[in-house]
Amino acid sequence: MRHDHVLTARQLSRGDVTEVLDHAAEIAADPGAYGDRHAGALLGLCFFEPSTRTKMSFEASIKRLGGDVVDMGSVESSSVKKGESLADTIRVIEGYADALVLRHPRQGSAKMASEFVDVPLLNAGDGAGHHPTQTLLDLYTIREAHGLDDLTIGIMGDLKYGRTVHSLAHALTNFDARQHFISPESLRLPRGVRYDLHEAGAQVREHTELEEVLPSLDVLYVTRIQRERFPDENEYRQVAGEYRIDEDTLAAARDDLAIMHPLPRVDEIAPEIDDTDHARYFQQAHNGVPVRMAILDLLLGGEQR
Amino acid sequence: MSERELRISKIENGTVIDHVPGGESLNVLAILGIDGTGGETVSIGMNVESDALGRKDVVKVEDRELSQAEVDVLSLIAPDATINIIREYDVVDKHRLDRPERVTGVLECPNHDCITSEDEPVETRFEVLDDGVRCVYCETIVREDITDHIAR
Repeated sequence: MRHDHVLTARQLSRGDVTEVLDHAAEIAADPGAYGDRHAGALLGLCFFEPSTRTKMSFEASIKRLGGDVVDMGSVESSSVKKGESLADTIRVIEGYADALVLRHPRQGSAKMASEFVDVPLLNAGDGAGHHPTQTLLDLYTIREAHGLDDLTIGIMGDLKYGRTVHSLAHALTNFDARQHFISPESLRLPRGVRYDLHEAGAQVREHTELEEVLPSLDVLYVTRIQRERFPDENEYRQVAGEYRIDEDTLAAARDDLAIMHPLPRVDEIAPEIDDTDHARYFQQAHNGVPVRMAILDLLLGGEQR
Repeated sequence: MSERELRISKIENGTVIDHVPGGESLNVLAILGIDGTGGETVSIGMNVESDALGRKDVVKVEDRELSQAEVDVLSLIAPDATINIIREYDVVDKHRLDRPERVTGVLECPNHDCITSEDEPVETRFEVLDDGVRCVYCETIVREDITDHIAR
């Protein structure tokens, strides 16, 4: 990758994506061969919001490359609580680590932070903005299931605030993918994302009903609809119920439909789906490690590739 | 020399912004941060007949020249405007506006979740699109009422 930082999926070319996924596949095939690759390297974890899987998978990734982490800890126990700016915090932590991972509630925070540091910075989620390393592991999972070209994908749920959705939609414009967006009217894709997809010449359609497109899908990417997006409980329950996947829903789906979810799920995918061949979401989460190992290896500059 | 040009040349020092779309002159003042409290001497011609624009506004501000950031935002609402810099009654510089690639510092991002709405040491930056502007940090697009987002 010819980038100093990984900030958005918009910056990733087809070549970048392919390079990361190919390298991730090499690592997944022989993870032990990379155990000393970055011995002594330190990854700074700057999580201003709670995270379980993203944070743990970055930690696992750098450790499996022979490195370690330095962790800012929770915001409550850090200098941020005393009113320190993000720009100051990130410049201080830069001195402790060879690369930084940032999750922050504000959109554009990773972009801004990257302007203050010289070490590689990875955006692990900036509010409702982007989550590009999640996107790369999503693409890896899609490629495993179906390949990335001649793909018909449905992306369903909270498309307005779902940063994994925004990043994935951007990245898929590099490939021959037909993207169907399924959501309630109030949670449609934001204007900025629709603008980019249009500019990129993406094949995009928007729907309010899954039934319209389900039979044509290779992949269904489900996201959680969050209660706090709705003014009242009844409206939330009604909408959430309409976008729930269970065995009955899937009667109209192709046998090889792959169902993905960035997790955590609440009740948008019924547990009865977990043991079917459709379910890819746990494998998707596991893919976070080889994919993030590949990203870190490329950014930290291991041996010449 | 026409009467209008004569009128413009009567300013001793300052800036004349001509060929502003009719009715936009108050927004021009907003971009310049002029609300009357600063004591500037300002003259406005509003909805003056114009061969090119039909109706146009003219704004004359004495003892004031424009920053690049102000000119950049001005170009978004008055792309055909001309800027005349006056010193000692002479037009020392006259130029049209170039549509910039970016505008820095003058607009506020309307997205309250944008990092630029926090107390961080950065100026706002917007990429200029064909029909609006876009925050380079949070990627929010502003198309309508750009002048509502001028930082006060």
